Parts: sequence; structure tokens; C-alpha cells
Amino acid sequence: MAVSRIRAGFLVMLITALVLCASLLLSAPSEQKRVSIYSTAANYSLSVLDRDHRDYVSLLEVLEPLGTVTAKTDGSRWRFRYNKVDAEFSAGKTRARVQGHDVDLPANFLLENGRGLVALDSLTILLPRFLGGPVTFNVSARRLFIGNVSVHFTAQVNKANPPTLVMDFSSPVNPMIATEPGKVRMVFTHEPIVPPSSQTLTFDSKTIPSASYQEDNGAVEITVNGSVPLFASFSNDGRTITVTAAPQTAAQVAARTPQPQLNLPAITSPTQSATYLPSVSSGGAPTYFTVVDASHGGEERGAALSDQISEKDVTLAFARKLRQELESHGVSTLVLRDGDATLSLDQRANLANAAHPAIYICIHAASQETGVRLYGPMLPAGGESRGPFLDWDTAQSAFAAASQTVEASLIAELQKRQISVRTLIAPLRPLNNITAAAVAVEIAPPEAGISELNSPGYQQLVTEAIATGIVAARERLEAPR
Amino acid sequence: MIPRHLVIGTIVMLGIALGMSVYLWRMRGRVSRVEPAAYSGPIAPPVSGPTEQVTLYVADDELGMLRAQAARIPLPAGRQERAQELLRALLGLYLDKLSPHPLGASAEVRDVYLVDPGLAVIDTNAAFADDHRSGILVEELTVTSLVQTLSANIPGITRVKILVDGKQRETLAGHADLSGFFDVSAVSQMVAQMQSAQ
Repeated sequence: MAVSRIRAGFLVMLITALVLCASLLLSAPSEQKRVSIYSTAANYSLSVLDRDHRDYVSLLEVLEPLGTVTAKTDGSRWRFRYNKVDAEFSAGKTRARVQGHDVDLPANFLLENGRGLVALDSLTILLPRFLGGPVTFNVSARRLFIGNVSVHFTAQVNKANPPTLVMDFSSPVNPMIATEPGKVRMVFTHEPIVPPSSQTLTFDSKTIPSASYQEDNGAVEITVNGSVPLFASFSNDGRTITVTAAPQTAAQVAARTPQPQLNLPAITSPTQSATYLPSVSSGGAPTYFTVVDASHGGEERGAALSDQISEKDVTLAFARKLRQELESHGVSTLVLRDGDATLSLDQRANLANAAHPAIYICIHAASQETGVRLYGPMLPAGGESRGPFLDWDTAQSAFAAASQTVEASLIAELQKRQISVRTLIAPLRPLNNITAAAVAVEIAPPEAGISELNSPGYQQLVTEAIATGIVAARERLEAPR
Repeated sequence: MIPRHLVIGTIVMLGIALGMSVYLWRMRGRVSRVEPAAYSGPIAPPVSGPTEQVTLYVADDELGMLRAQAARIPLPAGRQERAQELLRALLGLYLDKLSPHPLGASAEVRDVYLVDPGLAVIDTNAAFADDHRSGILVEELTVTSLVQTLSANIPGITRVKILVDGKQRETLAGHADLSGFFDVSAVSQMVAQMQSAQ
């Protein structure tokens, strides 16, 4: 009996070991380790290599963005020069020589295919000698600050209705933003953001009670927690991020509060069957809400329309003008990029869908041809939506008829104003991912030339036509109700 | 009582799993150390021989549409090689000084792969995308020109994927989406719409 128990135990151990081995074989590679380096010359992020259970980094890659570097391999020796500082390293040795002085490194120098690798914690010893100034290294978060670089931020919730978290940064920022129910996550990889006094920020608000700050793997993550779905937008040329309740929720939050004034856009909410069920504003009336997306922005300049004119600037100017026109017609409007910030196509789609607009208008500009071109989505074949989950690449499918309705309305208004208009379908994201009527508007200059793209008169003419078209489409969009 | 053969079988499987783990571990380490090598494969000689008539769909910026243009070019026998030559001939037109739709001077189609059933993968070089002019229409013209030329002359192609330097790229030059596959039927519809919109 005892023997059989021992054997059974032995077998269980064997099976456990087998499962562990199998999970090792099947496991996906772990997240790539990175180190972020911030300096006045450049902010950048590099891959970290695992050698002998230690973090290593290529010294040449660390210093290359900061000055002139050369490296030469001579047998097991590696001669390196940064600006006017010479150094010599030996493979497998901890002792190096920098500007004629011996330096002891915490781990062996490695030479791989002519690439000199130093342990990550060696950088605090080596960099001051190369750069002639202090460095601060947050080892656990792998964030290295060269000199006096930092971006500070303040965060406070104002008492507007609904409450809004305003985060002001001392320099422009461009985080990756992800939203999930009750949370907005912002990941900063290229900004030398320094931690606030406390890792957890608490606010006197039931809608946005707290935010947390975390540093890891060369990045800073700020998570804003809310009791309702949240929505982030940029302004002040990327120096301000505003987090507020997503528009539909905003209307509900406002309706629950005693103040009758609604100062955020209310929206209609599309259903999967492409009919429109209006949300109810504080006044109880159905509402009609538009998202205007100024394409490109930040690092992504778009087309160079001329030596001086970038597409990103023209799209922003038209988007702001269109918002003004729409609001003068009583249509609540949200400009998705209201500043010079980089937003990915997925972020644009996420932000637009989270706002549940009736219409999504994406503004582009071009120097070819004249007039305005309207683009509808080119939907790929296939794509299967399951239950409440829509296929990302074909999410627009259910709204194709609504998109065509808006397009027809825009054509009519543009033609009334003698603006030449052409309609096409295009493989243009994020149109396919939008769960609302979606049209891309590409504005080309009038006959007078490219500089007219910036003329207030032309902007007024085009945006007035688009705004009137959006207003005119309302009746047809709401007709199925 | 556990049968002896079960114990032996488990031990053998464990041994194999451990061996594979060690092998995988070593291979991963080796992969991370390997430097990318310069391409040293054979280069195909220029195609010569009898010519064949084909239809190239040439983008015209001024008209904002594609023009069907008959051409006679030497084509090899293989389907894949024919596809490559066809697109190289098309790009040859765009690299001409008087091209109605100029592309960057170093733009190239590196390879075309035909993958059954009906998928063509066009691999362009980095200059093709990096030097491409930015704009919805101008990028759309390039994409439709490639897809339409390929599908009109090589029967059986239903989907096309465009890669840049062997990798997937989000957009051609900021607008045309290259992340997905182009359905030949949708592109034909797009081309028909371009022609009728004039």
C-alpha cells in the first residue's frame, strides 16, 4: 500500500514537471525589456538584452543620439569614441579605461559581433565620464535622466458639470491612450515625466475619484479611475489632457445633478441595426452629436502641401472651423484632436466610438486637383461580429447606409455652393472601425491655388457646406425611429 | 498500483520534454545573437525573349483615375515570375521623367508571391513607400494600379497584400491602409467608381 502511494506521488511529480516543461515550451516570449533615456538633445527608448541574468545595453546605441560616436574592434578589445572622449573596453573584463582613467564596472563588458554591451547599471558610472554631467537612473523603472530634464504635471478635478480632470504638463506630451470601462490609461514612453508627490492622487469627485502613477519598463503609466466611462482629449498644443465622462454618460451625469445647464455635448447612440436611439439630454429632448477628427498631428505631419503648409495644420484649422459652424447650427461637436498631438488610428477609432456620435467626419487635405473629395469606407470581405462584439475591421458595415446618407447630403450642399465634389471609396482607416455614419472629407485648394487652403473665406465656404449637410442629414438619419 | 509501462512512458515523455526545452532555450539564445546578414541570394537575370501583350492600369494624377494601357513586354513562363515582370513594367512607367504619376526614383517591386488560393503578396522596397507622395487619392491610385494590373493579367487572383521591405506597414504614405488585404472585386469597384466620377 505504502509502495503504491510512493509511486502515485512520484507519478504526480512527474506529471507536474511535464506540465511545467510544456508550459515553458508553449509560453509566448515575455515582454521586451526597454530602457528610456531622456536628455535635452533627445528622448529615446532602447531594447535591453538579457546576458547572464543581467540587463545589458549597447553603449553605442545609448550615446549615438547624443553626439558623434565611433567604435572599432581589435581582437578582444573595443575602442570607442564619443565626441572627444576615448574609451577602451575588454571583452569579459570589468575594468575599462575612459579618457586615460581606469573605471571599474559592476559587470563584465561583452563584445558581440562588434557590438559593445555594458550592464545597464554601468551607465551611472560611464555616462558622467562621457557626457561630463550628472545622470539620474531609476533602475527599477529603467528610466535614465541626463542632466536637468523633467516634465512635471498637475492634476485637478474642476467642479464643472460633469466633473473634468484637467492634467497640465510642463511640456507637450504624447502618450498612448487606452480606454476601458471606468478607466483611462495613458502610457508615456518619450517624456521625462517625474512622479508626483504621491503615487495615488485622490480627488473630491464621485465621477473621477482617483488617478494612479506607475513607472515600469522605461515608461510611465497614469491611470485615471472613474465611476463612469471616461474620455480623454488633448488641448493647449499637447500640454493639457482633459479627462471627462464619455459624452453619453456626461449627459446622464448632468441629468442627475441639480444644475440644469448642460455644457458637454449630448449624443445619439447607434445600435447594431443602424437605427438611432437618441439619448436624452437634461432637457429631455433628443440630441444629435458629431465627432470631427483632424487627421494626422504631432509627429505625423501628413502631406507636405507646400514648403510651408502641412496637412496636419490645415486639417486642424478646418476641424475647428467646422465645430464652430456646427455649434452655430445647434449641433454639439467634439474635435478629436484639438491640438498638435499624435493619435494612432486605433486611438482615433476608440475615442470616436466611445463618444457614440451620430456622425464621424474625418478631415484630410491635399494639394492634388481642386475642390472637395468625399470618401466612404472600403469594407473588406468577411469579418464576423458575434453578439455585442463587432469585428474591428468591418465595424462600419452596419452603418454603411447611414454613411451614404450623410455623403449624399454633403454632396448636395457642396454643389449648391459651386464647390467641385467627387465621391470615392477608399482603404482609409479608421473609417472601417467607426460605429456611426462615417465620411472622410479631403479638402483640396480652390482654383486660386494652394495658399487658399488657409484663407478664412475658403475655410468658411467649405465648412459651412459640410455643417449644413450634416444638419440636413439629421432628419434622414433619425427617420427609422 | 500504477502499471510499469505507464511509469516508463511518462519518464520517456518527460525526458523528451526536458530535451526539447533545453534545445529551445539554446535556439532562442542563438536567435537573439544573430546579426541580420546582407542579402546574398541569386539575382534573376533580366527577362528576354518573345513579348506578350498585357494591359497595364496606369494611374494619372491629373485625371485622378486609372488608364488602361496596352503594352508588349517579355514575360517568363512561371506565373509568379510573370506577375513580377508585369509590376516591374508598370513601375518602369512611373519612374519615367514624364510619368503621369511619379514615384520615388528608387521605388521597386522586390518580389511578388502567389499563394493559393488566390492570394498575391507584393513586396515593395522601403523607398517605394518612404518616397511616396502623401494624400488619399494619390496613394489610392498607386494601390489600385498595382492590384488592378495584377488581377487583370494573372487569372485567379482574388486578394492582394502589399508589404514594404518584407514587412507589414500601416499605411503607404499616411493614408492608404496597407494593414489588410485588398479584395480584387472591391478594388475593381473602386476603379469603376474613379472612372465614372469624372
